[in-house]
Amino acid sequence: MDRIEFDRVSKRYVLGEQRTAREALVAGARRLTGRRPEPRELWSLRDVSFTVADGESVGIVGRNGAGKSTILKVMTGITAPTSGVSRTRGRVAALLEVGTGFHPELTGRENVYLNGAILGMSRRDIGRAFDDIVEFSGVRQFLDTPVKRYSSGMSLRLAFAVAAHLEPDVLVVDEVLAVGDAEFQRKCLGRMEQAEREGRTLVFVSHDLDTLSSLCRRSLWMEAGAVRAEGASSDIVRDYLSSGLSAPGSSSALIRSGPLQVLDVRVSSGGRGAEAALLRDDPIEIDVDFDLAEAVPGLDLAVYVTTRTGVRVLDVTAGDSGPVSFRPGRQRARVSVPPILNVGTFAVGVWFGTAQHELLDEPAAATFTLHGSDRGRPDRVLVYDLPVEVSPLG
Amino acid sequence: MSDHLGPWTENTARGMVQDRAWTALWRSRDLIWYFAVRDVKLRYRQAVLGAIWVLAQPIASVVVFTLVFSRLAGVSSQGVPYPVFALVGMVSWTYFSTSVTAGGQVLVANASLVSKVYFPRMAAPAAALLSPGVDLAVSLVLVEVATVVYGVGPTWRLLAAPLWLVLMVVTALGAALWLSALNVRYRDVQHAVGPVLQVLLFASPVAYAATALSGWQAQLYAVNPMVGVIALGRWSFLGTPWPGWQLLVSVVSAGVLLVSGVAYFNRAQRSFADVI
Repeated sequence: MDRIEFDRVSKRYVLGEQRTAREALVAGARRLTGRRPEPRELWSLRDVSFTVADGESVGIVGRNGAGKSTILKVMTGITAPTSGVSRTRGRVAALLEVGTGFHPELTGRENVYLNGAILGMSRRDIGRAFDDIVEFSGVRQFLDTPVKRYSSGMSLRLAFAVAAHLEPDVLVVDEVLAVGDAEFQRKCLGRMEQAEREGRTLVFVSHDLDTLSSLCRRSLWMEAGAVRAEGASSDIVRDYLSSGLSAPGSSSALIRSGPLQVLDVRVSSGGRGAEAALLRDDPIEIDVDFDLAEAVPGLDLAVYVTTRTGVRVLDVTAGDSGPVSFRPGRQRARVSVPPILNVGTFAVGVWFGTAQHELLDEPAAATFTLHGSDRGRPDRVLVYDLPVEVSPLG
Repeated sequence: MSDHLGPWTENTARGMVQDRAWTALWRSRDLIWYFAVRDVKLRYRQAVLGAIWVLAQPIASVVVFTLVFSRLAGVSSQGVPYPVFALVGMVSWTYFSTSVTAGGQVLVANASLVSKVYFPRMAAPAAALLSPGVDLAVSLVLVEVATVVYGVGPTWRLLAAPLWLVLMVVTALGAALWLSALNVRYRDVQHAVGPVLQVLLFASPVAYAATALSGWQAQLYAVNPMVGVIALGRWSFLGTPWPGWQLLVSVVSAGVLLVSGVAYFNRAQRSFADVI
């Protein structure tokens, strides 16, 4: 039996909708004189149909702007589809952003009640779950302190704790685990696994493909507003990661997000062209060309390499090797990787963001294949010959 | 087909189906409550002299009105002492204007909430009408003290005060629904509210009597629902003459404002998250 049904759902956004009465008047005058400017439209979803059965966990993968978030917004009723029908049964709780509605002047306790009510809990539900929420968040001694005095980690924990105790029939989670420390992320994932075991239906959007495929048996791959593929998560993740981005050398931006445009992501070796085959025994360089329209305070950049199943092999952050500050304009970030990766196909992921806010995360910005052979060895991801010392035991 | 999973909730091009009914408001009563509690707490947390500030506004206006309208212009106050007469007008007006100002901005002020969480949207403007109710309650104590001091009440007519309250809330809710939904699309609205309210203050019988006009002009004047609200309030608290036809016109006008406000809000809300 189905919990969620999408029946030919389309969603159109009209770019630059009228914001002031003056603009509306100008547009109206243009219409009268026949000079009608073409409205700029963007179809975020086109004829998307799928179903999710009761108790099933489904992941959604796809690039920035492929329509993943729009699916969640239509599913939860935040926005209406342009055509088609989205149906859900039972209580739907969505976590599209942790801490929406938290007010800095209110205390932790007051925010728990307010946030719970915003997420659809009744006063009685919240009262019943209150102790568990506080326990889960670990901020008990600061409960009567205004949230503005909390560290960002603390308010994040409290916010997630509220959401984690919604006990909905359908739990919808967007990229929320990208923030927070490792221990907190583990706790959140544990909570989601528990929800799954309890027979709740889960819809999960994430760039963390390893987690996604362990949590969800089935996945949808969204591309340009349509379902490109649907199937077992392991297959979908593998295909998605091997897809790479568009042709190298093209002048248009690969990905845009706010003031940022990623122009090109390339993997090459020793200054040879991008077409040259990469060999296992050579060092490689990963170049990320980007254009920043304006300075973003605290902006940092990470480059990561995953295997075809989504396991992260490398993950380097610019800020880890010293403070960074990106000036506006076109620039290139380069990561030089010594010959430690084994033969096989890898995906390059690119992340931009600040400590509080993620600007962009694209796990399949480029793919590359290392050639060569590693015969006579069991499968290994890294080739790094470490000395083995043998000494007698005392 | 219906089974143990319960009925379907549909989201179509016309928005969430369940929202079309008034039941959406009833279902979100806890949310309305916590929104209102938040607003009240934020307003009074830092202000030690909270209640005094609440009273400062109507008292200051009444003092000015008494000097200008009563002493200088000699405006009629329907046979009751001018200060209490103006006070009832001012208390009604203060509730209306604070509610409408707050209600008109409430969606834009909570923009991140609107674009990231689903909740029955009408809960936000409805909650914005609750927190000025605290000020209203404090002001009503002042009104009662003043009527006793001036020896004009209370009488049995005070039992009709809830009707005055209902008419005032209906008027404020209708205006707040229109303005909050319009403001999402046209940000000019929040700048226009202030000046329009200022004009409306003098187009409402706050400082003078609703009976200042006569005949069809009086009826036309009562299309402004605050005419009926204030006249009914004065009848109930001070025993001024029954407003009659003017009240009827205002009741119809307030009803039209609310029904059209609900209809416009329902139509506009499906795109709130897209344009906000």
